[in-house]
Amino acid sequence: MLAYIIRRLLYAIPILVGVNLLTFTLFFVVNSPEDMAVSQLGQKYVTPEAIQAWKRKNGYDLPLFYNPQADGAGAVTETIFFSKSLKLFVFDFGRSESGRDITTDVSTRMWPSLAVALPTFVVGIWVNICVALLVVMFHATRLDRWAVFVFVALMSISYLFYIIGGQYLVAKTWKLVPISGFNMESQPWKFLILPVLVGVIAGIGSGARWYRTLFLEEANQDYVRTARAKGASEIRILFRHILPNALIPILTGVVVLIPSLFMGSLLIESFFGIPGLGSYMLDAINAQDFAIVRSMVFIGSILYIIGLILTDISYTWADPRLRLD
Amino acid sequence: MTVAMQVQNLCVQVGETGEAIVRGVSFELRAGEIFALVGESGSGKSVTSLAAMRLLPNALQITAGAVHVAGQDLFALSEANMQSVRGRRVAMIFQNAMSALNPVQTAGDQVAETLRLHTRLAGAALRARVVQLFAEVGIQDPAARYGFFPHQLSGGQQQRVMIAMALACEPDILIADEPTTSLDVTIQQQVLGLIRGLTRSRQLAVLLITHDMGVVRHTADEVAVMYRGEIIERAPVAEFFRNPREAYSRRLIAALPDLTHFHDAWDGPALLELDEVKVHFPIRKGILQRVVDYTRAVDGVSLTIGRGETYALVGESGSGKSTLGRAILHLEPVAAGRITFQGQPLQSLSRRAMLPFRKQIQVVFQNPNSSMNPRLTVGEIISEGMDSLGMGLSAAQRAERVGALLERVQLPADFCDRHPHELSGGQLQRVAIARALAVEPQLIICDEPTSALDVSIRAEVLDLLQELQREFGVSYLFITHDLSIVPSLAHRVGVMQAGRLVEQGSAEQILNHPRHPYTRALLASVPRLDSA
Amino acid sequence: MKPLLLWSDILIYLLVVALCLFFLQLRRDPQTREHWRRVFSSRLGMVTCTLIMAYVGIALLDSLHFRRALDPVTGGGGEIYYDNKVTSVLDVMLAGMGERFERTYSAPFALQSFEKQDKKDEHGVAYRDFPLLEHAGRHLQAPADRWPDVLGKSLEALLLGLVLSAAVIGLQWYCLRGSALPWSASWLTQAGVICVGVWLVSISRYYHVLGTDLGGADVAYQSIKGVRTGVLLGTLSTLIMLPIAVSLGVMAGYFKGWVDDVVQYLYTTLSSIPGILLIAASVLLFQVYIDLHPDYFSIGLEKADARFIALCFILGVTSWSSLCRLIRAETLKISQLGYVQAAHAFGVSNSRILLRHVVPNVSHIILITFVLDFSALVLAEAILSYIGVGIDPNMASWGNMINGARSELSREPAVWWTLSGAFLFMFGLVLSANLFSDLVRDAFDPRSAAGSGTP
Repeated sequence: MLAYIIRRLLYAIPILVGVNLLTFTLFFVVNSPEDMAVSQLGQKYVTPEAIQAWKRKNGYDLPLFYNPQADGAGAVTETIFFSKSLKLFVFDFGRSESGRDITTDVSTRMWPSLAVALPTFVVGIWVNICVALLVVMFHATRLDRWAVFVFVALMSISYLFYIIGGQYLVAKTWKLVPISGFNMESQPWKFLILPVLVGVIAGIGSGARWYRTLFLEEANQDYVRTARAKGASEIRILFRHILPNALIPILTGVVVLIPSLFMGSLLIESFFGIPGLGSYMLDAINAQDFAIVRSMVFIGSILYIIGLILTDISYTWADPRLRLD
Repeated sequence: MTVAMQVQNLCVQVGETGEAIVRGVSFELRAGEIFALVGESGSGKSVTSLAAMRLLPNALQITAGAVHVAGQDLFALSEANMQSVRGRRVAMIFQNAMSALNPVQTAGDQVAETLRLHTRLAGAALRARVVQLFAEVGIQDPAARYGFFPHQLSGGQQQRVMIAMALACEPDILIADEPTTSLDVTIQQQVLGLIRGLTRSRQLAVLLITHDMGVVRHTADEVAVMYRGEIIERAPVAEFFRNPREAYSRRLIAALPDLTHFHDAWDGPALLELDEVKVHFPIRKGILQRVVDYTRAVDGVSLTIGRGETYALVGESGSGKSTLGRAILHLEPVAAGRITFQGQPLQSLSRRAMLPFRKQIQVVFQNPNSSMNPRLTVGEIISEGMDSLGMGLSAAQRAERVGALLERVQLPADFCDRHPHELSGGQLQRVAIARALAVEPQLIICDEPTSALDVSIRAEVLDLLQELQREFGVSYLFITHDLSIVPSLAHRVGVMQAGRLVEQGSAEQILNHPRHPYTRALLASVPRLDSA
Repeated sequence: MKPLLLWSDILIYLLVVALCLFFLQLRRDPQTREHWRRVFSSRLGMVTCTLIMAYVGIALLDSLHFRRALDPVTGGGGEIYYDNKVTSVLDVMLAGMGERFERTYSAPFALQSFEKQDKKDEHGVAYRDFPLLEHAGRHLQAPADRWPDVLGKSLEALLLGLVLSAAVIGLQWYCLRGSALPWSASWLTQAGVICVGVWLVSISRYYHVLGTDLGGADVAYQSIKGVRTGVLLGTLSTLIMLPIAVSLGVMAGYFKGWVDDVVQYLYTTLSSIPGILLIAASVLLFQVYIDLHPDYFSIGLEKADARFIALCFILGVTSWSSLCRLIRAETLKISQLGYVQAAHAFGVSNSRILLRHVVPNVSHIILITFVLDFSALVLAEAILSYIGVGIDPNMASWGNMINGARSELSREPAVWWTLSGAFLFMFGLVLSANLFSDLVRDAFDPRSAAGSGTP
């Protein structure tokens, strides 16, 4: 098992290198620092001096890969590639183009993100499983067919409408909670309820429909027939036989998302004014702050890879057939 | 003998189309006796048993009939009452225990569940009862096996767990649906012996559903033949085999091996020679996935096949016989040894250098459904080899040849525009033979060509193969797990076990005077007419 | 009049031709034909397919662009100048629906503007009131006549719509006699679509059915123009993604070894990057490129179109990994099957095995992905536009409409109609696409057909 995990970790290295090279190509080779300076400064103020000054301020005045002017190791280290890309590997994200320290920003902003994303995730899975179980109990009846239709209809509504509708109804019309904002210290639940509720409801359509298929797939297995032949009741079969088996693909399917919860949700956070990483990214995109985007890409891929490794581990943990002895 | 279960005039149909699956089936099960329901796939025998237990899938409906158990009509019971009949009075065991057992529940818990449902046993007493049941069905070290998951048990043990589960509440009636079909023959024999023993000792009334006449012969007391949803013949077993009334029954019985007529030994010139051939698959382990060992799928096999000869390679699943066939075809790399075809070494040829030999060595696979591309027509399938191996034929000549080949394998020539899914299994296997013949090979490797076919069709395909051999002088390497088809077919036989050839010789020698203990074990499990 | 070919117009018509050829090819295969028959033998399949076709029809009509010739300038030497505004055939069919601008917001069927304006009465006294709209209800004698007038005009339009539908359906009925498929469901839908269309066009001459937006543009018109963007984005992106995913997936699963390692590495790397960031970064970079090279595009629409195609490319290039994974797995399975083994035994070359045996047998996965991804992409467009990396703000799209109107619900009274317009049209397309893709999947995916057991 340990050897397996170590191997997976080793596999992660070339992937991170790949991500790094890709972002580097995108941000510095395809799009030169000059272009960036022009778009940051605005067409009006573009003079060669201004561009130079902007590049120096942000550390983009160095050569891309090799610096012939510097001596010794500096020929490699005093380059954009080293200072902007390689340093990501030691979690040194540097400063954003507006001059803020990215590492501090990330470490303070990930907790509000988690405060929204984690409850949404846990409650969401629980609600979806319950809804799906309820529907499966009525399998092959009119209720089941209508439920599937409702699921598909729920899936067909854009996430934006869930948020806008939730804010309009719950916060504006019924005035139950504040429309947006966030305060970690006093009554954070007041600000969290609506985003979590919206997140959960928006996920019911696709989630419950998927789980229903998983349950039905299990319901067609031979062992279910065996259980019926034993004289077990339908409810017992559902809870004692189908559910434990279907939980394996459910759990292993969602594990990959757990690390990414730190990243938060772009839309939810920006609509509800939650100062998490999601709104951080959105602000960076709108301000065309590529330093932040670069760092978030790197963090995101690390979290995804951790998720992949956790998925593999959870498989062997959840499914006795795959348990490594 | 008392009647334990009575099925009267049972009719089942497909709900949507109204197509009848079971038409008016009646029979009764008696305590202490095994009643065998025999038929080929699609005859409605499994549906009959599921219908009796009201376990049919939603798409099927019971339209008429009654099932009486101890004076109660099961069809009149409420679902809740029916649940107390299932497992308590009537128990079932299914084919393929691996999938019929819950993969995430331990074997012991699954047996315990039946007891929990129908008795008041709990705690240590429950566990003790399960262990006792395990011991009764012959599971070694029963206390330790309690906590095993199904996948940790062998196929035979899984089926024993199923039987323990069925017997847990001491039912009066046991329905066994193809209980041994997915097991190797040696294990099959043990499981059937167990069922027979329990029938006598517990006075069970058993309904045994099977397609295998050998199983019937050895196990059952009474037999009923099902054909297209009806019971066409019913008789005590001895009487049935001595004097079958229906032509269809006679065909089924004729498929049983006759160990008195053999082909003469063959001594033509050698066509294919294998010398210490090995095929190894690497086992990788550790952080760097280094190759630490090899699975020795084929571990030094030497044999010779003569021109126009049939060599039967016999062994159970996993013995490496199919891998050997694939290695001869260059579909698996050979780790060591020599393959010589017409005096020329094959094992080290490149893809291109192998091409001329592709015309000489052809193959027919086991599963006719997967061995043909569903998107192509029969004509395209047959002419593929002629295309790629450059037979230098014009399109018109090819079409003509396809027609001739189809006729030769006894199919109408207009089949060439059909697609595989429009053909039956037997027809597909004829197309596969025609495809192999199209390039005029010297040797055809037949990898279990008949094991996916029903017995009555099996004989026809085997006859066809022999006719073609007489006509074209082609040699066969016939890979099979089924010793019973060997006598009518093979000149020589080799027995494979764990990658090695443990015994080879003429068909008569192997079947009548086996020397190796493994060959004897295989033979002991072959059902045959003369041994009764 | 001068026809104008935008790149996306060319691509969409190429796509239509390609799809037609693909379906003709598929028709040859009886199994595929049987699957399609299953899809269309359900009434739901007929209804949703008809709706999708209606959307696609609108998108295609909206993809035939031209520039109107301006009236010749007197003494200009006979040279003809063309309008900078690009018109499409659809605009012509909508009978000037897009040219009736108001000052700002107005509610559906309103006669007055949503916001008050400074006015002076005949005595020169200043007061504030809701000004009358320029293009709504001008023909009315008195405001009280509005609803009876709407009703009368609706009935008129409905009658015309019914006559038109009767003609269309009658023609089909004549051609399709004896067909076993439930055409009546499709005909009902067609009649519905035609009636709604005729009603919308004719009533829009007198009222703004869905009101007007901040800039005073007709919301119904905006919503209809958004159809092209949604449909094109959904199809073009998938089309760009397909060749990458199929070729890499098939090769990885067939050749195994180092090819497989490389492909797996590529898609793991790509899918490890948060998709939204990758898309955002790429779009921003492209936007910088457009901004720095304004001389490449002669008119604004061409610039917007370039950004649109770039977006399709970026979505396509970043989203191939999941399909690639599916195809790789299926190819691994297929290469173990008898017919590929038999082809090896016949010495068939690798490329021929891939083209003849492997690719046709993964085509059901391709088809299922195509219909499944379509709706996801339409939904993604709205979110990307909200983030500011979607469609060019000058191009009509539902995402831009939502983005522009999302904060207006907090006004008193709320401005709800812009959102509703985008919602209605988007929901209609995505819902029918989702329902249709469910049917396609049930018919084509052997696992789901056997497994789900849905009736």
